[in-house]
Amino acid sequence: MTKVTGAQSLVNSLEAAGVDVMFGIPGGAILPAYDPIFDSKIRHILVRHEQGAGHAATGYAQVTGRVGVCIATSGPGATNLVTPLADAQMDSVPVVAITGQVPGPAIGTDAFQEADIRGITMPFTKHNYLITDPDDIPRAIAEAFHIASTGRPGTVLVDIAKDALQRMTTFDYPKQVSLAGYNPVTQPKAQDIADAATLISQSKKPVLYVGGGVIKANAAKELLILAEITGVPVVTTLMARGAFPDSHPQHLGMPGMHGTVAAVTALQKADLLITLGARFDDRVTGKLSTFAPNAKVIHADIDPAEIGKNRHADVAIIGDLKNILLKLNPAVKEVLSKVQPDLTPWQNEVYGWRSKYPLGYDKPADGSVSPQYVIERIGKISGPKTIFTSGVGQHQMWASQFIGYENPRTWLNSGGLGTMGYAVPAAMGAKVGAPDATVWAIDGDGCFQMTNQELVTCALNNIPIKVAIINNESLGMVRQWQTLFYNGRYSNTNLESKRVPDFKMLAEAMGCVGLRCERPEDVDKTIEAAMAINDQPVVVDFSVHRDAMVWPMVAAGSSNDDITTVRSMAPVWDSQEL
Amino acid sequence: MAIHTLAVLVENSPGVLARVASLFSRRGYNIDSLAVGPTENPTVSRMTIVLNLEGHALDQVSAQLFKLVNVIGISEMKSSDSVQRELLLVKVPANPVTKGLAAKFDAVITDENDQSLSLEIVGDKDRIEQLLTALKPHGIRELVQSGLVALERGASTLADRTLTTMGTANESSPDNKTADYQN
Ligand SMILES: Cc1ncc(C[n+]2csc(CCOP(=O)(O)OP(=O)(O)O)c2C)c(N)n1
Repeated sequence: MTKVTGAQSLVNSLEAAGVDVMFGIPGGAILPAYDPIFDSKIRHILVRHEQGAGHAATGYAQVTGRVGVCIATSGPGATNLVTPLADAQMDSVPVVAITGQVPGPAIGTDAFQEADIRGITMPFTKHNYLITDPDDIPRAIAEAFHIASTGRPGTVLVDIAKDALQRMTTFDYPKQVSLAGYNPVTQPKAQDIADAATLISQSKKPVLYVGGGVIKANAAKELLILAEITGVPVVTTLMARGAFPDSHPQHLGMPGMHGTVAAVTALQKADLLITLGARFDDRVTGKLSTFAPNAKVIHADIDPAEIGKNRHADVAIIGDLKNILLKLNPAVKEVLSKVQPDLTPWQNEVYGWRSKYPLGYDKPADGSVSPQYVIERIGKISGPKTIFTSGVGQHQMWASQFIGYENPRTWLNSGGLGTMGYAVPAAMGAKVGAPDATVWAIDGDGCFQMTNQELVTCALNNIPIKVAIINNESLGMVRQWQTLFYNGRYSNTNLESKRVPDFKMLAEAMGCVGLRCERPEDVDKTIEAAMAINDQPVVVDFSVHRDAMVWPMVAAGSSNDDITTVRSMAPVWDSQEL
Repeated sequence: MAIHTLAVLVENSPGVLARVASLFSRRGYNIDSLAVGPTENPTVSRMTIVLNLEGHALDQVSAQLFKLVNVIGISEMKSSDSVQRELLLVKVPANPVTKGLAAKFDAVITDENDQSLSLEIVGDKDRIEQLLTALKPHGIRELVQSGLVALERGASTLADRTLTTMGTANESSPDNKTADYQN
């Protein structure tokens, strides 16, 4: 076998793993790898900050279902990947990170740009590696892609010592990966399927509680079938928006702290939760002991550790959700052919809540632009094929509430970690993964100032994303909590970002088209202008009213009158956890 | 308070102890003792972890532990079904009373001089406790304990169960009372 450098072996391995694009920045320890990258057919996109590389890989993975790849040097390059890796792991996104490490003999000596990135990332990678022998590179890469993409998807970091990249080795990519300690169960047990079908046939008040796992398992079609054969109302969590069409008559919207009244109340009053790829996150449940107090629980998930973690499951089904639903649907059909419970009273009740308490917002009295209106119009004008990303804050909740999602993988956001700065780089990765789709980043003026430099990357690499800055000149979500729980004492949430920075000029300085909109009557025109530009990234600075609030809010102490009437039905959230 | 003993087979790879320790610390599981050493298979190490589970279900702990890629198999070692031993080395003043106690408890005198006596005793938790309680009034100068190790009674072995079922399924149903996890 011909001898190659470890670096060449790494690049060959990435090619063998099917990588077509990676996002990164070179530096000393990873430099040997960048030489063969120069000749590789893998597209390398040079980002402006490693955090951008990590979120771009995440956005790419969420849109394509493939593994996203980012690459960085040792020390600060690697530590800049910490946030996006933690983010991707929390949201179960398959991402592989490659980092250079100081040469093997220097490890442990506090060498220049040495950081124990394997140690640092242990808590939020599914697995990670430190490679000091070039012969280990192909196996580590093959395992990394296998682990990241199978079972519950997640992040894997492969840290490679510089001398392992420089030394000679032979390239031999394993045809198959076998790991003694890693064999995720993908096929559900027949008994569990039967038990679940029985529970469903006995329920009078069931709800399909749908989480992001349905999207990961590409099981949206099977979910639709289950919903329609049973007639059970559906709620989709923040991570599952798009898993079930918003336009579907059985859809109640998003549950949780900022969920619709119908979704929250239906969960509270249910006698059965059919939980699919959801994890009883605290933003959905509030105080666990108060959540869905009368419901039995069917919990279907690929990750056995989710079963019983937060909520006891009466029936647990471990496996890939697509496999589960392919078995559950006929089983349910079969039982229902014998006993068909009458769900009509329940359906009437929940659809009654839905029509009585629709999502809504007030137009500001002073004639300024309402942020919800901007977001709603972007959704309407760009249509259901559009891919949306968002930052974290009020604009994120509004983008989840006021855009209608019809398709899986069209709503990308940082659900678990709540990472400000996610929107722009994730949109970049999404656009790379789906170049023919329109990609809108709905961003806050605060979030935008964390990672906007990736617009330079977009401008130079022909990645024409669109960014809507919902500019309320403040850290709006934090400000909302200050309004509600700190007597309106706005400590350090005023960004003063009406003109500093001037987002239009900033966009232009980064090689994008910059637009601005300050009046409600200009909203549609501006969105249409942005839609017409397809050869350059576009940034629109929407000046919006700063006192708009995210409603409903089912936190203790909320002052929303509509919610007050149904608050007694909601679970309890501690008022001080943002 | 519930004390459980888990036997955990792990791949003998760098960082595996750190992974286990990191998991326990970040999820707030309390470790009473942890003993790790080689096994009959050079690629596999065995950890015996004594856990003090307050508010955490044993099955949840096992399921989280089993998610570590390097963890191959887990089994609960119940005191009724397993042999459990700890090693104690203790240094006490040399005098007729401590010597008497050593004899009474069948402790091995491993080192002796004018001033001090080093004792070795192997036993279950109770036996070690008893010796320490008896020695305490006479002055314990220094002691070191190994942490508990445990081996199942009967012919069945965790290694066998892990190997024979390798690649099939991990039995991780929520009502799995024994918390036996194998690949
Ligand atoms: C990296 C990071 N730092 C801090 C926070 C806390 N935080 C949550 S929302 C928010 C405000 C976001 O402001 P902006 O981007 O302007 O969005 P808005 O809420 O105004 O829509 C902050 C600071 C966070 N989620 N992430």
